[in-house]
Amino acid sequence: MGHLILRVTIKTLFAPIILFALYVQFHGDYGPGGGFQAGVILASAFILHALGFGLDRCQRVIPPSWLPVGMALGVLIYAGTGVYTLLFGGNFLDYDVIQPDSHHHAGQHIGIIAVELGVGLAVAATMLQIYYAFAGREPEPMDDSW
Amino acid sequence: MSMILFFAAAASDAEPMMEVTGQAASVAIEILILTLLVATAVSMIRMRQLFGVAMLSGIYSLLSAAFFVALDAVDVAFTEAAVGAGVSTVLVLSGIALTAKREMPVDRRRQLLPLLIVFVTGGALVYSTIDMPAFGDPQAPANAYVGAEYIAQTPQDVEVPNIVTAVLASYRGFDTLGETVVVFTAGLACLLLLGTTLRGGGKGGRD
Repeated sequence: MGHLILRVTIKTLFAPIILFALYVQFHGDYGPGGGFQAGVILASAFILHALGFGLDRCQRVIPPSWLPVGMALGVLIYAGTGVYTLLFGGNFLDYDVIQPDSHHHAGQHIGIIAVELGVGLAVAATMLQIYYAFAGREPEPMDDSW
Repeated sequence: MSMILFFAAAASDAEPMMEVTGQAASVAIEILILTLLVATAVSMIRMRQLFGVAMLSGIYSLLSAAFFVALDAVDVAFTEAAVGAGVSTVLVLSGIALTAKREMPVDRRRQLLPLLIVFVTGGALVYSTIDMPAFGDPQAPANAYVGAEYIAQTPQDVEVPNIVTAVLASYRGFDTLGETVVVFTAGLACLLLLGTTLRGGGKGGRD
């Protein structure tokens, strides 16, 4: 359990960080950002919470057994988008076949959002998985142990 | 990959009238950031307290992110700030929690060979920059061939305002799939080596 000021700050920042992650995730076509950054930001919100309130409380919200599933699911969403375009007669990841009649490349937009979602899920799950793997090995470091 | 991101981000054009003052200011900012980077690196080498080293490496990443912003590569800067300054600092700290808090001093005679290797590598890198094209040079290989095509074609082919996203997710979607698999593999390797989600793993101290 971290210091009081840290805990209050973390509680205040937790929701805005997740909101920002979602903004970065879905605004990647228009501004800087995308799945990689959004995944890391989302994972960092939970890592921050785990640092302040202990790993156990974080693992009650996101059990460790979910993370390998999230990692694999992210890659599968990405690759699955490619397979989907293959099935509809295009090349692998040729998003235009998703909406072939669109005049403003709606297929490209849908395809990009789909693959970015896969990237975001895979990255967020991986980052949290790596953190769990390191932080779960020993009890919380004491405040004065540095 | 980062080369593509660089040129795409650098492609935004500036107002011609503001160019001279703007350039002088940006050169001054770049020199300032690079000086701070060198100072951070030197103090990281001199510091024995690993907690401080981890913090300084986070500061180093944040300064690099600022430098990427100065180079107009906002997407790269974003990633550097999130991954380098954020998550990896925390991971290094949780790594330190498992090991010693201070770095042991190394015998002077054993420092000579690493020093020589560092100087030779650094010299080779500095030497290779002589051949590099100037920053933003339109004739540079990174800007000339397929890069110019992406910038010209994105409004028609993909219709996404952020060209970096168009290159990353659409033109080079297959490469990005590979990158995602690399991230997945990294997580999988950590899971296999450290394996805290296995029953009784990690905390039991089976190593």
